[in-house]
Amino acid sequence: MRRPRVRCAGFLVIALLAVAAPAAAQDTPADVTSISIAYITERVKDLPPFSLVDQPTTDNGLMGARLGIEDDNTTGRFTKQKFTLDEAVVPIGGDVVAAFRDLLAKGHKFIISDLPAAQLLAIADVPEAKDTLIFNVQAKDDALRGEQCRANVLHTMPNYAILADGLAQYLMWKRWANWFLVVGTGDDDKLFAAALRRAADRFSATIVEERVFDAAPGARRTDTGYALIQKQMPVFTQGVSDYDVLVVSDERDAFGEYLQYRTWDARPVVGTQGLVPTAWHRSQEQWGATQMQNRFVKFAGRWMTERDYSAWLAVRSISEATTRTNKTDYASVNAYIRGPEFGVAGFKGQKLTFRDWDGQLRQPVLLAGPRTLVSVSPQEGFLHQFSELDTLGFDRPETTCKIKAAAQ
Amino acid sequence: MKVGLMVAAVTLVTVGGMRSAAAETIYVTNEKDNTVTVVDGATLEVTKTIPVGQRPRGITLSKDGKRLFICASDDNEIQVFDIARQAIVGTLPSGPDPEQFILAPAGNPLYIANEDDNMVTVVDVDSGEKITEIPVGVEPEGMGISPDGKILVSTSETTNMAHFIDTESHGIVDNILVDSRPRFAEFTADGKQLWVTSEIGGTVNVIDAATRKVVKKIGFEVQGLNAEAIQPVGVRVTRDGKLAFVAMGPANRVAVIDAQTFEVKDYLLVGQRVWQMAFNADESRLYTTNGNSNDISVIDVANLEVTKSITVGNQPWGVAVAP
Repeated sequence: MRRPRVRCAGFLVIALLAVAAPAAAQDTPADVTSISIAYITERVKDLPPFSLVDQPTTDNGLMGARLGIEDDNTTGRFTKQKFTLDEAVVPIGGDVVAAFRDLLAKGHKFIISDLPAAQLLAIADVPEAKDTLIFNVQAKDDALRGEQCRANVLHTMPNYAILADGLAQYLMWKRWANWFLVVGTGDDDKLFAAALRRAADRFSATIVEERVFDAAPGARRTDTGYALIQKQMPVFTQGVSDYDVLVVSDERDAFGEYLQYRTWDARPVVGTQGLVPTAWHRSQEQWGATQMQNRFVKFAGRWMTERDYSAWLAVRSISEATTRTNKTDYASVNAYIRGPEFGVAGFKGQKLTFRDWDGQLRQPVLLAGPRTLVSVSPQEGFLHQFSELDTLGFDRPETTCKIKAAAQ
Repeated sequence: MKVGLMVAAVTLVTVGGMRSAAAETIYVTNEKDNTVTVVDGATLEVTKTIPVGQRPRGITLSKDGKRLFICASDDNEIQVFDIARQAIVGTLPSGPDPEQFILAPAGNPLYIANEDDNMVTVVDVDSGEKITEIPVGVEPEGMGISPDGKILVSTSETTNMAHFIDTESHGIVDNILVDSRPRFAEFTADGKQLWVTSEIGGTVNVIDAATRKVVKKIGFEVQGLNAEAIQPVGVRVTRDGKLAFVAMGPANRVAVIDAQTFEVKDYLLVGQRVWQMAFNADESRLYTTNGNSNDISVIDVANLEVTKSITVGNQPWGVAVAP
């Protein structure tokens, strides 16, 4: 997955430049400037929700982008800018790259990528995508901010390292320094577990034991499931030498929830279940977030998710740039968003900015229980010479991203 | 018994029209408790706690000094508190989620920001009727009015603008882009400037009211604090136009600014998460609400000193002073 193998398509770029502004820019008054943003996702085969308490969604991420456009247009009424969203929803197993090329052919420069890491890299490496701004609102993979970073990609979704560090700071504040790590068998379970190990190392926690839980795939709804789980989980967690907290990595919600209240020793569960580090949560009401929550529920008929929030932030970032610069072209927007003047407000009590070394949005991490916001990291006392937000994730000195080199 | 005495004292003051710090009464809304704390200005002691509507935030005194208007945000109404009777005597329609509001200099109407609804609601405080609604930007918050009552300003937090509204036509006449998350708007007493705080931008934008241009952006720097902790919210300018005070939220300080030169003169350490402020009648004192330490601070304006902090209810939000 190095930089593009396809180098012969230079003529195509030139051909595309001749294409007029995106089609969505029609029927607006002459003094109104149109800004078109594209959104691309691939449908996935969603499992039924883990619990009946969960709300199933079919438009996760997309609704955040749409509400961002609504909010941009409320502002745009006053600045004479009109925002539209061009949505490309690729069917399961469809050709994401082809759909992406179609968006580029329509002249789009600002693209919201609601895709997993592999597809994100595939679209970012399309040669004619060089002068576009792609916002990753889904993939949390650390590699995308490291060896696999791309010059044309910004990330509004926090990566695993940011989330793990946010959780670890809180655990250290609680003096829960001895962790029992339980990891699922999925690839993403392993990625988050790696970030947790890194966090333990950074903040001087000890992983006293690590076990793998192999959750056999099966039906999510059963009539008498609890009886079996009640026998299984205490045994699975038996005989771990003294630990303070069980840290679980189960990205797909296969078994993590079952650990709570069933551990052999009486211990809290944190990680992907229990106390979770996240970019957004329904319980978040600080810093004016109540308004965002109300607005979203009214608009989408469901709760805002992490992906919705990340997509909303991406759309708002573009509008922040067009409003402040009063320019709508790619070069101006790109330069402003990456520049020192930029900051977007995201209901987290401080402005959010992009790291210039890997394109990741700096942001506080919410630590949420099922029904309340428990804390927000960075925790007090984790100091940094530039921004305390840089105590989370990959700081400048430790980055493995060669984004600057790639851009030249 | 104490309560009875208190009522008598307040009535006397209102009748006599005395205007010294000793006689004044301070009213503080406690957002989390659904109460208003009453503090005696002479003793600086809490004299009573009054239950009010849900999530009380904005609070302001009627121009005749007889009533307080209180935003009960989660009840979606304004409550009217009668000072002589020391009781809630009525409600006004407010539109959804009222947070801040401002009275016309003539005493009527009341302009209310509906944070959840992208609207400003205009209400006749005497008849209790809603006059109109004005559509503004996303999450309207700060409300200011020119001394002649002709121009109303509403700031919207996500749109990042100060909307200038003609109070006669109720139409927007101008939109000024300011720094991120504008929280509060205050006209100077001469009507020449509008001061707008930007919580996330970390600045105060001073707008010339005639040209409607930002003429100055005031930044802040506090040793030992990261820039992110500096979040300007409330701002008050003295009537003589010499000093401005800016509440800086989690920086736990009030910045003192020379309002002529725009230089920051001092930072006064108050309680935690300082948000709103109010002068007393002769501007000898400034009271601040400190939401995370559950107290209010008393600033001696002449000496620029914090002289006292007084514990009130949970998460104090707004403050009003009755002479």
